Amino acid sequence: MSEPRYKWIGTRPIRPDGFDKVTGRASFGADLSLPGMLYGKVLRSPHAHARIRSIDVEPALATPGVKAVVTAADLPDLASEAVRGAETQTDFQDLSRNVLARDKVLYHGHAVAAVAATSRTIAERALQAIRVDYEVLPAVLDLDAALADDAPILHEDLRTKGVEGADQPTNLAARIEIGRGDVEKGFAEADVVVEREFTTRMVHQGYIEPHAVVAQSGEDGHSVVWCCTQGPFVVRAYCARILGLDPSQIRVIPSEIGGGFGGKGTIYQEPLAILLSRRTGRPVKMVMTREEVFRATGPTSGTRIRVKVGATAKGKLTAAAATAIYEAGAFKGSPILPGSMTMFAPYVLEHVRIEGFDVVLNKPKVAAYRAPGSAMAAFAAESALDELAIRLGMDPIDFRLANAAREGTEAPYGPRFGRIGFVETLEAAKRHPHYTAALGPDQGRGIACGFWFNVGLQSSAAVNLNEDGTAVVVSGCPDLSGTRITLAMMAAEELGIPIERVRAVVADTETIGYNDLSAGSRVTFATGMAVVEAARDVVRQLSARAAAIWEVDPQEVRWEEGRALPPEGAAGKPEPLGIAELARRAAQTGGPIVGQASLAARGAGPGFATHICDVSVDRETGRVSIERYTAFQDVGRAIHPGYVEGQIQGGVAQGIGWALGEEYLWNSSGAMENPGFLDYRMPVASDLPMIDAQLIEVPNPTHPYGVRGVGETPNVPPLAAVANAVHAATGRRFTDLPLSPPRVLEALDSEE
Amino acid sequence: MAKIHVEASVNGEPVEFLCEPRASLLEVLRDELGLTGTKEGCATGECGACSVILDGRLVCSCLVLGVEMEGRSVQTIEGIASAERLHPLQQKFLEHAAVQCGICTPGLIVAAKALLDHNPDPSEEEVRFGLAGNLCRCTGYDKIVRAVLDAAAEMRGQT
Repeated sequence: MSEPRYKWIGTRPIRPDGFDKVTGRASFGADLSLPGMLYGKVLRSPHAHARIRSIDVEPALATPGVKAVVTAADLPDLASEAVRGAETQTDFQDLSRNVLARDKVLYHGHAVAAVAATSRTIAERALQAIRVDYEVLPAVLDLDAALADDAPILHEDLRTKGVEGADQPTNLAARIEIGRGDVEKGFAEADVVVEREFTTRMVHQGYIEPHAVVAQSGEDGHSVVWCCTQGPFVVRAYCARILGLDPSQIRVIPSEIGGGFGGKGTIYQEPLAILLSRRTGRPVKMVMTREEVFRATGPTSGTRIRVKVGATAKGKLTAAAATAIYEAGAFKGSPILPGSMTMFAPYVLEHVRIEGFDVVLNKPKVAAYRAPGSAMAAFAAESALDELAIRLGMDPIDFRLANAAREGTEAPYGPRFGRIGFVETLEAAKRHPHYTAALGPDQGRGIACGFWFNVGLQSSAAVNLNEDGTAVVVSGCPDLSGTRITLAMMAAEELGIPIERVRAVVADTETIGYNDLSAGSRVTFATGMAVVEAARDVVRQLSARAAAIWEVDPQEVRWEEGRALPPEGAAGKPEPLGIAELARRAAQTGGPIVGQASLAARGAGPGFATHICDVSVDRETGRVSIERYTAFQDVGRAIHPGYVEGQIQGGVAQGIGWALGEEYLWNSSGAMENPGFLDYRMPVASDLPMIDAQLIEVPNPTHPYGVRGVGETPNVPPLAAVANAVHAATGRRFTDLPLSPPRVLEALDSEE
Repeated sequence: MAKIHVEASVNGEPVEFLCEPRASLLEVLRDELGLTGTKEGCATGECGACSVILDGRLVCSCLVLGVEMEGRSVQTIEGIASAERLHPLQQKFLEHAAVQCGICTPGLIVAAKALLDHNPDPSEEEVRFGLAGNLCRCTGYDKIVRAVLDAAAEMRGQT
């Protein structure tokens, strides 16, 4: 099959929303203000674990300027019920109790009450007037403490899911197991076995925009909510449930969103803003401080993973086994399942077994973070495989090539892979000059691979044809990364018109059909499919209009380069009719032309990547510097290569931060000690080199243009790529992230 | 506490405002003057989203008090482009796809302008250190650094 020729796919036009974003005009979550607006603030727990004996809000209510105070007593007490379709496991009862603590506070920063007042200053002052009587309980701050026989229990009614006969209160929320074959038999066949334990700490998604919302409720019981979210329809559904309303009583209008990475796919203060607005009859604005973002949103799990891998002397993997324990935070639902499923997904394994545990403890409830659960799993698996390759005396890429999953390989979690491009990423890495470039003293090179499923889910889209033949693409998926231009390009390609004649907008929950989250690397794939269908709907209608004008069979009309072409031999040999002409005549030929599509997309092609990382290690300070980084990823087809590269570069940078510096630090009573960017150290420009994103295109057969999701996979390999490079530079196998200078220095000193 | 009357210049235009003594320049810009292009990411001077140029010097507007503005001149993201055309930095950010979510973009463009005002021909390393006070979580900085280098070259008339 020859390569299809495209006019716009694969080019780099300027995004339609770009001008507003470089001039400061774009309106983000905190940028909206309304007349008569009140300011809401949240009172947060000063204890990691305590029973709430009583809350006295009267002194706060008596403060001049305070208009309303709400606590969990103002919310319906929901029964336990799993939330379907969430990116990570969530339960409506837990969600409600995370929004406002009921009976107990479960982490330092847990919301206890919310105030609406005429100014921020008054609202903040009023918080101090709320009297909460706490019975402080012992806090559970690490996995060992949480799983100890005499551990303090967070939830008296929690029982271990997945263990038969578990009838005692516990902090172990779930046990899962995946795999096949007989791992004991597999390890018996191995000539070399590597077994190690790896740990990672809680890290935050680190979006630069704090959560922000404005809610305005009317006397008719209808509320309008403006907020920065990855999923306006999810905000609507969750808020309705938490507040005991119908979804139709809430309209959610997404603002521009200043980063999410999974962390803005759930709700925190949004239902409180609605509730306070309903109580006061005035708009209520709530914006988190950075400290609140750290203490009470995100993060992702700290983990402990024990991995065992075995191979024959010739380098064939014979078995892989792991025990993975993930911190869920205060409520059940860590990404243990996707973590376990992805851990060995890139490899052919006859015998594989992963046992996973989901553990609650007195830390914030985790939220999705870019390929949830997968980066930590890959850190463990890819570090162990690196060691195995070294012990076998094999090149790390050759070792992976010898065991790489291909089309038809049965994934450890069940299904067979369709057309995938893992081998292509390995081969491209091996061929690339980076792989053989010379290294300086105290430098090392690491390789690691990664996998992410990518998802489809539900999308709706419309393509409206304007009277001048330009088009507007309407979707309901907030644009975190340039998806407006990507969707517009697919529509321009289908319609055969210049990209400048297509605009794309993000609609709200009352102006477009249902859309799931902008998450799971799904927007360009799934919403893109809906846009392509909607654009084809427009083309069908245009062709039918032309057919009616020509009095020919619509089936015989061809659409090419933005024009309807008459069938050969049509009466009167008519000229082709262009899209502008057809649009202009729409009123006479049947009315406005609107294409629509809605779908539940299936067949999201999985993403695979291979990363090469060079580091240098300063033996005096323990500082690890990234000298060079090249990421090879099967992207299916890059619609806008600039934004695809950007996804890879950004994911790599987040992974490097996770590997080298980021971690939640806790004091002995369970308060986060570093809730600011100075002490929670994310990479800045001077910490990084250029990040070379190499796009490998193995088209996904289920998408009309071959798109695979690309956003999450790049966050998976960097943890191990960095750690493997540090091993190559120092000879030390680091198993505990982050590789911050003190930790590296201590290891180097202990060696000497 | 009574509000204080302040006269200053914002993007070349005279402004006057009443300011609470504790209010930051960031709060004044956003809440009093309606200039919401300057963003708040931390309010503690750690992320650079609120970067503005104050009397020719790059500052975090969250670390400057509104009352300190008396008689002084500030340039914000809203004052970077002319009415007809984008500043080369803004154009290059678009061409290089250096904007993803866009929340850090105003601060980065202001910081880059401050850098180029003082050093029209920076090396890659000088750009990286010049922008080290501005966090971006989406891009990994690669395309931002390229956009700034490209804009600098264009402004020097080398393209």
